[in-house]
Formats: sequence, C-alpha cells, structure tokens
Amino acid sequence: MSTRHSGAREEILGRIRRAVEGAPEVEIPRGYRTTTDVADLVELFAERVRDYRAVVHVLPAAAVPAKVAELVAGRRMIVPAGLPAAWAAPAPDVDPRSADGVLTTCAVAIAETGTIVLDTGPGQGTREQTLIPDYHLCVVGAGQVVGGVPEAVARLDPARSLTWISGPSATSDIELNRVEGVHGPRTLEVIIST
Amino acid sequence: MRVALFITCVNDTLFPGTGKAVVSLLRRLGCDVDFPAAQTCCGQMHVNTGYRDEGVRLARHFTEVFAGYDAVVAPSGSCAAMVREQYPKLVRPGSRGAAAIAEVAPRVHELSEFLVDVLKVEDVGAYFPHRVTYHPTCHSLRGLRLGDRPTRLLEKVRGLELVPLPAAQECCGFGGTFAVKNPAVSAAMGADKVRNVLDTGAEVLCAADNSCLMHIGGTLSRQRTGIRVMHLAEILAATDEGTRP
Amino acid sequence: MSATFLGMPGDFPKNAARAVQDSQLRYNLRKATHTIRGKRAAVVDELPDWRELRAAGKAIKDETLRHLDRYLVQLEEAVTRAGGHVHWARDAAEANRVVAGLVKATGETEVVKVKSMATQEIGLNEALAAEGITAYETDLAELIVQLGDDFPSHILVPAIHRNRAEIREIFLDRMGDAPPGLTDEPAALAEAARLHLRERFLRSKVAVSGANFMIAETGTLVVLESEGNGRMCLTLPETLISVVGIEKLLPTWRDLEVFLQLLPRSSTGERMNPYTSTWTGSAEGQDFHLVLLDNGRTDVLADEVGRQALRCIRCSACLNVCPVYERAGGHAYGSVYPGPIGAILTPQLRGMSSELDASLPYASSLCGACYDVCPVAIDIPEVLVDLRAKAPHGAAERAGMRVAGWILDDQTRLAKAQRAAGRLRRLVPRRLPGPLSAWTDTRDLPEIPEESFRDWWEREG
Ligand code: SF4
Repeated sequence: MSTRHSGAREEILGRIRRAVEGAPEVEIPRGYRTTTDVADLVELFAERVRDYRAVVHVLPAAAVPAKVAELVAGRRMIVPAGLPAAWAAPAPDVDPRSADGVLTTCAVAIAETGTIVLDTGPGQGTREQTLIPDYHLCVVGAGQVVGGVPEAVARLDPARSLTWISGPSATSDIELNRVEGVHGPRTLEVIIST
Repeated sequence: MRVALFITCVNDTLFPGTGKAVVSLLRRLGCDVDFPAAQTCCGQMHVNTGYRDEGVRLARHFTEVFAGYDAVVAPSGSCAAMVREQYPKLVRPGSRGAAAIAEVAPRVHELSEFLVDVLKVEDVGAYFPHRVTYHPTCHSLRGLRLGDRPTRLLEKVRGLELVPLPAAQECCGFGGTFAVKNPAVSAAMGADKVRNVLDTGAEVLCAADNSCLMHIGGTLSRQRTGIRVMHLAEILAATDEGTRP
Repeated sequence: MSATFLGMPGDFPKNAARAVQDSQLRYNLRKATHTIRGKRAAVVDELPDWRELRAAGKAIKDETLRHLDRYLVQLEEAVTRAGGHVHWARDAAEANRVVAGLVKATGETEVVKVKSMATQEIGLNEALAAEGITAYETDLAELIVQLGDDFPSHILVPAIHRNRAEIREIFLDRMGDAPPGLTDEPAALAEAARLHLRERFLRSKVAVSGANFMIAETGTLVVLESEGNGRMCLTLPETLISVVGIEKLLPTWRDLEVFLQLLPRSSTGERMNPYTSTWTGSAEGQDFHLVLLDNGRTDVLADEVGRQALRCIRCSACLNVCPVYERAGGHAYGSVYPGPIGAILTPQLRGMSSELDASLPYASSLCGACYDVCPVAIDIPEVLVDLRAKAPHGAAERAGMRVAGWILDDQTRLAKAQRAAGRLRRLVPRRLPGPLSAWTDTRDLPEIPEESFRDWWEREG
C-alpha cells in the first residue's frame, strides 16, 4: 500500500530541491518571552480558567479531599489509577459511555492562557476517559502551574499523546458567538491545590 | 531649505488647488520650493494594475528627475508610499536603476511627515473655522505609518473643530483601478465610508490623498450630502486672509 | 490544486456584485467579522511580545520552507519509527486514491472527518463517495454546510454566511433526528449537533483528519479545535488517516511555543482554543497513516515572491479584517481558500487560466489590513501586485495602459493632454460610457480644472 514506490516521494522531494535552490538562508530571531513574569501564578491561572466559564476552586491541599468528595457525590465517576487515595477510591474501569464524569490531575497548567495539559500519565486517565463523560473535574497542584506557553512546551514530552484543555468544549460556529458544550465535556471544574 | 515638490499626476491634472496650497504653505514656513518640470507620475497605477514594465520605466524617470534634492515632498500618502515602499521591491538589487532608487526613495516625504518630522512644526499658523473629520487613507496609515501626524497638525489649526470619524481605519474602497474593476464592492465600501462621515456631522472631510477623496467625494456629491472634501494641504494653507473652502 | 470547488461560475467582480445585493448575507458577514475582529485585537494587544512572536513565526516558516526536503524526510523517519505509515501524493487525484485505498483496506464504508482544508482542497468527500465510501463531517460548521448542500465560505467558520435562523431551518429539514421543537438559540443548535453525531463517533472505525502542524524532529502531529469533535475522531477510531499539506511542517517541538500563541489568538480571538491534541505515530495503538500532499505547493515554493503564501497557518485573521471579503463573502472567490489568502493562494495553486482565477489577484483594494494582522507577516498586497503582473490582461485595457504610459513618460505629452482635457472640460458627460461607467454609476466625476498645476507654475509659480 505504501506509495514509496510510486515515485511520488522522489518527485516531490526533487521539485522542492529545484524550487528552493539558491534561496537565502534564514536566521530565526527568538526575541519573544520564554519565561513569563507573573506575580501570582495561581491567581492568574484561576482568573484565566474562569474566563472560559469553567468553575474554579482555590484550596489548601488539606481541603482538597473533602471538596472532591463533595463534588463527586452522586456522580458515577471514572477515577483513574495514580491519584492520591485520599481524593477518591480508584475506579479506572467505569465505562466512559455510562460514566457521569471523570476525575484527573494534569501534567502541567498554563497561567497566561488558562490551559490544563493532560499527557495520559498517572492520575490522568486515557484520552477516551477524559473525553466522553460530560463532566471533568481536574485537580491542579500549584507547583504544576507555569507562566506561559513556552514554559509548558519545555516541560512536556512529545512522545506522549497530549490534550491541551482550555475551558469546556465550545463552538463559535454560529455567528461567531461562543457557546459552551458540544462534543467534549460540557462542564469543566478545576480545583487548584495550594 | 530647498525642497522639490512632487505634485503627482492626479493632483497636477485634476487638483491643481492642492499643489498651490502646498506651495503657499511651504513658502509661509520658509522653504524654497522647486517644481522640477520634467516630473510626471510615480507609476503606481501601472504597477498595481499589473503593468510592471511601464511602471518600472516611470520609476526610473522619477529617480532621474528627483536625484540631487535634499527633500522631496508629495501631497499624497499613496504616491509617497509607492516610492518609498514599493520602488525598492520593483527593481532587484544590482539591476539598472536600483542604486538610484535606494538613493532617492528615503528622501521622499508625504506632506505631514515633512512638516512634523523634518520641519518640526505642528502649528503651521492656519485658520479654518469649520467642523472637520479626517480619514486616514490606507497607504498613509498602514503603508507610511503616518500615525497621528495629520491630526496633530489639524488640531493646531485655529478655529477648526476636529471630530473623530467612526471606523476611520477602514478602506474607503477606492484602491486605484479596483474602483472600476470591482465597482460593486468599491461602491459598497464607499457607501459605508460616507455613512460614517455623515454620522460625524462634519462640514468637511479631510484626507492626505486626493485620489481617495475623489472617490469618497464623488459618492458624497452623487448622494447630494453637501459635505465638501478637502486635501490636508488646503486646510493647512488656509489663513485669516482667505482660502475659504 | 484541482478545480473541484466551483461555488460560483463567474469571475470575482460578477460574483461579488451578486453577493453585495444580498442584504441578509451582508448583515451576517458584517456581524460575524466585526465580532471576531474585536476579540482578536483584544487578545493580541494583551501580549507584550506579539511583534517578536510574529517575527519568529515568519522566520521559522521561512527556514522550514528553505529546507523543506530535509525536514520532510526527517518527519517521515520519525513517524515511521513511531509505528505510523507515510504516503506521498503529488496531486489531488493521487491523494484521493491513497485515502480511498486505505479506507477500503479496513473494509469500512463510512468515515468520520475533522474539518480539514487540505481534504476540501482535493475534494476528498466526493472522491470517496465515488468509491462507495460516505464521509461525515463532524465540525458544526462543516455539518451545516454538508447538510445544506452548500459550500464553505470561510476558513475557520465555513458557515459564516448563515445566521442562526437559517441554521435552524437546515437542521429541521435535513438532519433527520433534529428535535421538532428546535429553537434558533446557538446552545440548542449545538446540542442538536451533539446528539446527532454522538452515536456516529462511538461507532466509527475510520477517521480522516488534517493537521495544523507536523513536527519534523519528533514526528508529532498537532490539531487545534474547539468542539471536541476533533478529539473524538483522533481518539476513538481504530484507523486514523491524516492528509496534510507539505508546508505544515515545523522543525522542532520547541517551535510550538511560538505557534500555539500565534494561531489561537489570530483565529478565534481566544488566548487558547478549547482543545489541542498532539500524537506521534501510532503511540495510542491506532493504525496511523499520514498522507503528505503537494498538489501545487512546490510550484508556489518555486516563486520567489509568491512562496511566502506557504507560511500561512490558516488562521483566517486576514479574512476577518478584509473589507472586500466582508462585502463579497467567501463564495465569490470560488475556492476553498477565500479572502486575501485565497486571492494569492488559489491563482498560484490552480494557475490563472480561468476567468475566475485570473480575476482573484484584483479582488483587493490593496488596503493592507490583511498584512497588518497576519501572524506570519505574509505581505499579501505585495504578492497580489506580483500576481497582477503575471495575470492575463484584456486587449482594451492593455492598449489603454500603454497609451497612458506613453503620455506619462514625458512631460510635454502630459502637458498637452492636460490642456486638451482643460479645453474639453465642459463636454465631459455626467455618466461616462463603456468600462468607465463603473465609476460614474455611483460617483460624480471631479470637475476638470481649466489649468493644470504645471501650467500655473510656469505662469506664476
Ligand atoms: S494569510 Fe496570514 S492572516 Fe491569512 S489565514 Fe494565512 S496566516 Fe492567517
């Protein structure tokens, strides 16, 4: 099935070489910020996540288990392996199609853009588990929050499948008005543990 | 200071009043103004319509005419932008005329640039007791990046009330031959510009480019709005003694 | 690029003239483009280093294009190492053949699709249909377009020409399972689409996507989206086929730090789009195929001025600020690439042999608003002017321009022409004949002066 032998590969590469022959070399100026000067990362992150109309709680670590318990009460939750036992009893095998929600932590969070990044590592479930249920509760440790996109990119491993999440699922396809909730979780709730 | 005036072919042929205003304004400010008679056209219409060879010929002609002047002043943002921004891209470095272009192009100034940056005046001693709104034409705004130079000059004119134009930065729809090649869109853009001008309640619409004013003014006049269009130079040249709109 | 997309038959001026008459369309476009303009400006102004990001974005893309051959080979190795399969397609037909073959090999007759410009460009859905395979668009706007038997009119928001009332009509008419009491509230419309597509996502075995970026060094593909339909397609099916233009490459993982800032802020006007997915080869156990598409791109690359169009990251900021797009709408451009980027890309990909394609470089007043907002600093006016020099010119226009050039070439000839005009000034009619009637249909002519400036100067300057 491979088109390697169709000649397409060699032909395209040949066309490219002829097209750029003699073109000047390019220097890349990287004068943009690679570290972000933010006074209070947690505060900015919370504000920016709220801007997406997600629910945010900022709590001391000791208060997290009680808050989690309160939020998951009455919901059939997927609780992937790798989360602190104090938060919730592991329930990694709940069928995502019948689950009400999913509880995770994250790999890194970005203050400036209000973004949570999942890399399917411990406590983050599979891509399917964090996609199909309608409710996503994510606990972010204050130490996981970085200032801007460059710091996050530097921390992440490209070999892992990543999902960057900025607020609940949304569309702007109708008159360019943002509407929350299409195919991904319609409710995103974030606990920042300080 | 000895200044060459590049009047532009449109002003020369259709709007001589603008040229006369530039002459009287610059003389009032102590400049020795020269009009090199061999000048014709910067070639913008040809280049922008796809006739590069004719355009290059006109560009070479321009550089020959204006070689040797310290400063060249043009009462047109668009023609000044043509010379400064487009000429250097028109002729490859190293080929015939490229060196002359590199010589002359940086010395070409649009009128408000010349006043504010070179002569360093903002109050040119003008008097114009009317309600005026200003349209920053695209090539002045995004080509030459004139910024607030024209409005700084207008604000210093005695008696003049400057009212802001809504959506000022939007193109009026002239665009050279665009106006006849895409008449429907051009007219629709012109109509929206005119609506914004009317909303200001101004008596006079001012700009630093007569070609855009020809389009907006032509629409204003067809719609019998009673609003006059005036080139920036004409307002700045006006004094207590005269040059009434 | 094949001419599979023929939204409208005429040339751009005629198409645009029709669109300008459509007041509903004008209203929809104006409202939508002005909304997004404001949002973009706010989130761009918020970053203190936008200029530096833009300069870096431009240079990274230029550097990639300069060594595109090397980076593509590097990408191929990385994808293959990660268990993926790489295919090369010289043109639309070849790409369609490859995709159809891959789908058939799975034994499936249905695929779900994530919005992708490349697959629209090659007419993949139609090609698959001819092979008995049904492609379901899952992006809300694409769904609206597909159900309405319509053509996309915007890169980011293909149904931008439709308002909520029209969308409701389309859903009620064509969706089959639309709730009978459906209102035109955007939330209700989105909910209807959610329910309509849910089962299909869970059932589908094959998905087709594009990609916003491919990372040469790691073999990673990146898709930015809002709704989650992308995540559904990228995650659930067993086979994933991504069709991506060869210019979508970035050399290093680190380069994402620039583009994940430039793209969301420029396109939806958000600090970050709701979802971005990255994956490398078949890391998740899927059968992954990458189809690298040329389809005219290498011709664009060969053009010194025009090649900058390949920097485009399809953010659509240039459409949203364009005064011509706002009034003409996307269909007038007769291509999946409308607006300013379409006006420079389509004629380069397709050539200028059709009346429509030859008229596209002129579909601009050269106001420069597109260049100002472009996150990778594509000088669209420069490319337009360059294309105009290559476009075919009508005989009458050519003759007129030649005469004008001849007169303007010499001061004496110009002075004579001015004096002749001054003498005939009273004879100029209020309405001009022929092509110049395009001016006087809506505008008065300026009065021709008795004396030119140069004659005045001669006399008393
Ligand atoms: S040309 Fe620039 S502004 Fe337009 S879509 Fe492409 S990247 Fe965006």
